Formats: sequence, structure tokens, C-alpha cells
Amino acid sequence: MPINYIYPKYDVVRDSTRCIKCGACMRQCANEVHSYDDELDVMKSDSMDCVDCQRCVSICPTRALKIIPAENRLRPNGSWAQDDIYEIYRQAEGGGVLLSSMGTPKNYPIYWDKMLINASQVTNPSIDPLREPMETRVLLGKKPKKLEFDKKGKITTKLEPHLELDVPIMFSAMSYGSISKNAHESLARAAEELGTYYNTGEGGLHKDFYKYGKNTIVQVASGRFGVHEEYLNVGSAIEIKMGQGAKPGIGGHLPGAKIREEVSRTRMIPMGADAISPAPHHDIYSIEDLRQLVFSLKEATNYTKPVIVKIAAVHNVAAIASGIARSGADIIAIDGFRGGTGAAPTRTRDNVGIPIELALASVDQRLRDESIRNDVSIVVGGSIRNSADIIKAVALGADAVYIASAALMALGCHQCHSCHLGKCNWGIATQRPDLVKRLNPEVGYKRLVNLVNAWNHEIKEILGGMGINSIEALRGNRLMLRGVGLADKELEILGIKHAGE
Amino acid sequence: MLLKEGTVRIPSGCAISGLISRDGKRINGSEIVKSISYMHERSNGLGGGFAGYGIYPEYKDLYAFHVFYEDNSSREATERFLDRHFDIVNLSRIPTRKHKNITDEPLIWRYFVTPLPTKLAASQLDEKEFVVKCVIRINTHIDGAYVFSSGKNMGVFKAVGYPEDVGDFYRLEEYDGYSWTAHGRYPTNTPGWWGGAHPFALLDYTIVHNGEISSYDANKRFIEMFGYKCNLLTDTEVITYIFDYLNRKQHLPLEDVASVVAAPFWNEIEDMPAEQREKMKLLRGMFASLLITGPFSIILGFDGGLMALNDRLKLRSMVVGEKGDVVYIASEEAAIRAICPDVENVWSPKGGEPVIVKVNGGVNI
Repeated sequence: MPINYIYPKYDVVRDSTRCIKCGACMRQCANEVHSYDDELDVMKSDSMDCVDCQRCVSICPTRALKIIPAENRLRPNGSWAQDDIYEIYRQAEGGGVLLSSMGTPKNYPIYWDKMLINASQVTNPSIDPLREPMETRVLLGKKPKKLEFDKKGKITTKLEPHLELDVPIMFSAMSYGSISKNAHESLARAAEELGTYYNTGEGGLHKDFYKYGKNTIVQVASGRFGVHEEYLNVGSAIEIKMGQGAKPGIGGHLPGAKIREEVSRTRMIPMGADAISPAPHHDIYSIEDLRQLVFSLKEATNYTKPVIVKIAAVHNVAAIASGIARSGADIIAIDGFRGGTGAAPTRTRDNVGIPIELALASVDQRLRDESIRNDVSIVVGGSIRNSADIIKAVALGADAVYIASAALMALGCHQCHSCHLGKCNWGIATQRPDLVKRLNPEVGYKRLVNLVNAWNHEIKEILGGMGINSIEALRGNRLMLRGVGLADKELEILGIKHAGE
Repeated sequence: MLLKEGTVRIPSGCAISGLISRDGKRINGSEIVKSISYMHERSNGLGGGFAGYGIYPEYKDLYAFHVFYEDNSSREATERFLDRHFDIVNLSRIPTRKHKNITDEPLIWRYFVTPLPTKLAASQLDEKEFVVKCVIRINTHIDGAYVFSSGKNMGVFKAVGYPEDVGDFYRLEEYDGYSWTAHGRYPTNTPGWWGGAHPFALLDYTIVHNGEISSYDANKRFIEMFGYKCNLLTDTEVITYIFDYLNRKQHLPLEDVASVVAAPFWNEIEDMPAEQREKMKLLRGMFASLLITGPFSIILGFDGGLMALNDRLKLRSMVVGEKGDVVYIASEEAAIRAICPDVENVWSPKGGEPVIVKVNGGVNI
């Protein structure tokens, strides 16, 4: 074997007593792992290109297949994990930057799991959400500082343009291009039914989806793909993407292979051309430039839409957020470093940025210290896995959360971390028509609605347990959290007490 | 080690009572003491207190500061501070009588003051804001000093003990006022500190409160953006600040303040006429973090009136009744009947429905 030989990560195990040679696995695998040997009349597999997406396992009618971690391994070494060594082989061979998709799989601390939620006992009653109203509606946007009255004492102050969410959950930015049209349709229809919003990402908005405009957030990112006047006006809010949690400080790259006719038209770029979003916005080199873009977009939409500024959680996030709050933005979205991506350099994904829990806690506190917390809403994303994470995020100070990885999982994503290959067997992160059609938006949107409704039920249940009947009364209510197994410094940053205190 | 109030949050259940003469007639303090004593079982001897309005007619244009001191050095430091910022027209110990159930009393002093015009002008604040800033300054920065009453022509009297003993201790039968509120406390911990008793007061706003709010830290962290410091970590303190902020600083009428802290549900708002719907949406949007959840019944005392309010689910008992020009409010009807056996029109206000009573229909007295 050559020195750069990399043994497959997985073994495809086929139980021949169960296999009926129907060939479904072969037809379903875009990575061409499975094949049929005519002469021997057997189904074969070569796991070299297997990404462990579990499509064949799920589709096999006789449960004849399983994918297991390959048993072959390099000599165990405490300093050099097998992946470290294989990555060196790959770079020595190709000389390129390593690419990955979705959120980092590395074992960083998940602070959500180190915080516990309070409940009422004796001194105040818990509330049963089946018997009493339980409110999860959230208004996102800038709030007026001062009430004004006319001579008769009538209030003349008006709410600024804002987003109204029936659930404190929105679908985070994923571009048409990085994900399929059917995935987008599922998200749009689910947002409409749920009374919330989905986000176009930096890929423009397909004309077919303009009808979901009142549940759409349109994104303006550094490549400005698909941005035009009608696009800006069709959505309910505009998001300026400054950064993404999975790849702070760098831009984006959608390979030409994914730029087929409709994507090309929507993005307003030639077919087959790579879509490269620059690392910075080249008209924003400083905070005062951001202010100009915020107001340009407000001018373009006649001051009828709230503007969101999305940033990656980085070391100095609190000061940056404070600057954004003073730049005319209505909502700040913060994306944590465990957030997903359609493609990112592995080293960036796994090493740049900070956990969203700490970023959120410090941003919320900073904005309060500066008395400007009510000038902006805070939306956090990047690793929200369930309703308990949402409760904890709101208690730390978030107004609402963004979910994307979880939404894709509801659509069938099995976290194979191979979006960048464009051969998603689940019809999500691909533009191949034969694969895209595997995702039925009619089914997809219902699954998204189910997921969010289920989470919202759980949120109501936990709120009731705390004796709270509106999510507003949980926002920033950090006494409802206690840390477990956290050091003093971590507790200080999170602004919470340790369990038992 | 047992933590002192202000370093730890202590929830408590309670009894409240209040009465007001709509005609501005002055009612003797012994009435309210008798009323609250009938709810003895609702407190546990760890806090009681009263607020009386119209009790200092001879000094009605001066701020009356009631102050607890741990020792003479905190008193001297505070008096130096007061001297620098106020014209002190009168000062004395607050008259008390020894009571077998009231022990470990701090030094209790009263000052009638008015801001020094030069200091006030230099501060660029309006008079009330100047007074608030000074009170918060003393309570936050002078160790062992605590201003627990700071309004005009009104005063708070409170201590650790059962309320009827506290009333006796402060000789409330020597005061007459057009309105009174009272509180008996049932904390779930041993605070042992007089400042933690109710009513909590700022300027002429006083709050007596029965309940334990679940929105506490959300309310606290929001209101602290506007110059308030929640030193006591009690519900009553933060509720008082919320009323002060919305009513005095944002000029929001009390009816609307009630719609912020005990906001109508969104589905009720949807059904309102357009103009009202817009207003409620604005108030809920703007002051979302001032929504108070969890059980509470409160009586807010203010210059010339009382307001009673329950949480929007009505998780605490509270009844209102009237007789002649006097309106009575209490946790239990027994507390009203104790002093007005033939009270009329007794009713339980709905959750979130404010009952606002003003002397002379709100005309200044």
C-alpha cells in the first residue's frame, strides 16, 4: 500500500441471510458504495466512499445493513489520534485546506448541559399549561426608550418595525444552493404554519417562495448574491450577515457544481461559476460602515423592516454587540462556534470562536450595563439541540433562538458532515434533481412543524413548573439557572450561582 | 453561615391590609393595626409594618426620611451626607415604646428635609429624582444606614415582629392619616433585619405585597438599567421600583402600569378594539421585562391614593369593600370586618384588574 493509504472510516456490514438483493441500497447511494455482482449474484459494497449517512440502512427493507466504525486502526497514541495522522496524510498528498461540514464534532464543553433549571415548590405555585394560558409570543426589535403623550394624555409613541413570533424559535440562515429547493420550501411552509420566520441565507430568494415573504428573513451577506430591491422588500426583516459561528472571520464558497439553472437565476450569477463570498463585506471595514449599510437597507425598504445583524461569537463579542446596538440595528443574532455550515475549513470550524452560552451571557450583561438592552433583541443560534437549551438561552438573556442543524435533522439529516460534497442522500444539501426529489416538502414541513410544536409544548411545561406564564418573564431571569460542575470564573461569566447556593 | 437579607434572596408569604378615606378624612393608626392583627396566622413574627399618608400635615412640603442605623457612626456618616445635600428642618428619634416581642431594634431616626437649591441645580435633576438618587446612594454606600421611608407627608413604620406588636412599638395610635396600609410577613428564612420588612418605600410610593414572584430576576436586571439598585433582593423592592419607573419617570397612568405588570394575555389583546390593541401591544413590547409573573397581591400607596392589584391568574387572595367614604382592601375579609363589621359591596377583584382609589377623586389635598 502507498504511504498515504487511508483505511475507510466505516465498515458496511451486510447480513447475507437477510439481503434479498433488491438493489435499493445501490440505487439510493449517491456515493456509489453499493454494487451488484452479476456473475456471483451478490450485493457488494466498498466502504471507501461511505460517509455514514445511514440512507441505505434506513431504506433497506430487510434490515440487512449496518454501518459500523472500521475496526482497523492505527497504533493507539495518546498524542496523535488517528484522525490527526490521516489529516496529515491527506494534506501531504493534496496540499489543500481541509474541508468539513456541519458543526464541530470536537469534544468542547457544552455549557447547556452544565446548567440546571429551577421549579416552584410550596412558596409559590407551579402553573399547569393545560389549564392556564401560557404565553410564548415574542416581539423582536428595537423598543422605544421613552413614552410620549399628546395634550390629552394619549400615548403617541409607536412600536418600531418588529418581528412577531408565536414561538421563540426561528429557522436560521441556510441558502438556496447550499440546501435544496425542497428543503427551502419545507422551511418556508413550516415558518408560515408556526407563526415564525425562516431565513434565506446568502442565496437570494426563489420567485416561487415570494408568497412566504411575511415569514421570511432575507439575508444580505458579503457576496450580495441575489440581493435586489424586490428581494429586500418581500421579506419581513433583513439580516446582514457579518459572520457565522462555524467559520468566524472567513467567507463562503459554494462550488460551481451546485450552481445549476435555478440557483444561478436566484443568485444572479452564471451557471457553473463558483460563488465566493468574501471574508469581510468590502464596504464594511469598521463599525461606522456597518451603520451606513443598516441605514441604506432601511432607506431601501422605507423604514418598514427591522434589520438584524448576525455575528459569530468571538472573543470580543460583548463590545462588538454593544457597537452594533448603537449602529441602528434592531436585532443582534449571535452564532456560536458549535453551529453548522454547508462547508468550512476544518481548522476554522474546530478552533475559531467561543461557545454561544458564554457569548450570550456576556453580551446580555454588557448591554444591560450600558442600559441599551431594550434597544435591540438578541437571537442566539449555533448548537440549540432541544427545548431545554432554549429555556436556558432565554434565562441567560436571549429573546429567541435560531435553529438550523436541528431543523435539518427533522428533514432527515443524519449528521454525516458531508454537505460540501453535494451528494446528500437525504435530498437536503444537494442540487442533484434525483436526490432533491427524495425530500418531499409536504412531508418535510409537517415534520418541522411537529418538532417546533413539540418543543414549544415542552417550553410551556417547564415555564409552568417555574411558576412563569409568559416567556418574557424568563428572559434574563438568571436566578432560574444553577451551574453544576462549573468553576467560579465560568459561573461569573454566565452570571449564575452554583447548584446548592 | 446564615446570610443577611440583601445578600440572599428570601421569598415570603404574607398578609396585607389597607384603607383609605375618599373624602380625605383622617383615620387613626390604631384602626389599621387592629385590621392586620386579625390575620395573625398569615405572618410568622419575622416582619410587620405600616405606611400612613397624611400623617405629617405640619411638614407636608418636606421629605420625611425614616432611617435605620446600626450604630452611631453610620448615623454620623449619613447626617454628614444629608447636611451636604439637604436643608434639614427637623430631626429626631422616632418615638417608640418598649415592647416585649420587639427586640434588637436599630437606631430609628426621622428627618424632615428639603434639597439644597444649589445642589439640586448643580445635579441637573428634577427634585424627586435628586431625592431618589440620594436615598439610593445612602442605602448602597453608607454601611449600616438604611433609609426606609422618603416621601412627603407620609411615613413607613416597620420592624421584625408581628404587625400588631410593631404598631404598638411605633405608637401608631398617635398618628392620623387619610390612608393606611399594613403588612404581616411570613418569610421562609430568618432575615432578622428590619429593613427587609414591608412596606417598601421610595418617595411617596409604598408597596405591601403578598406573594413570591417568579419573574424576579428578569424584572430586577431590567429595572437596574435605569439607575435603581436592588439592594434588598426582595420582590417588594423591585415592584416599588417598577411602579416608580413607569408612573413617575415614564408618566404612565396607574391603570396602564397595571397593564404592564399584570399584562392582559395576548389572546385578550387580539380581541380588543384597534386603538386599545395597539396601545397594549406597545406596552407589552416596550416593557416586556416588567411583566410580573407568579402570585402577588399588592397595595400601592401613593400621594393621595391607593391601588390594589392581583397577578393576572389571581394566585393570591384579596378582597375589597367599602363603607361610606372609606374603601377597605385586605387579604381576607375578616381583616375588614374586624374594623368595619357592616362593610358593604365586598368583592374580589379579578386577576390583573386594578382597583384605584383616590382622595377627592384625585384632586390634590
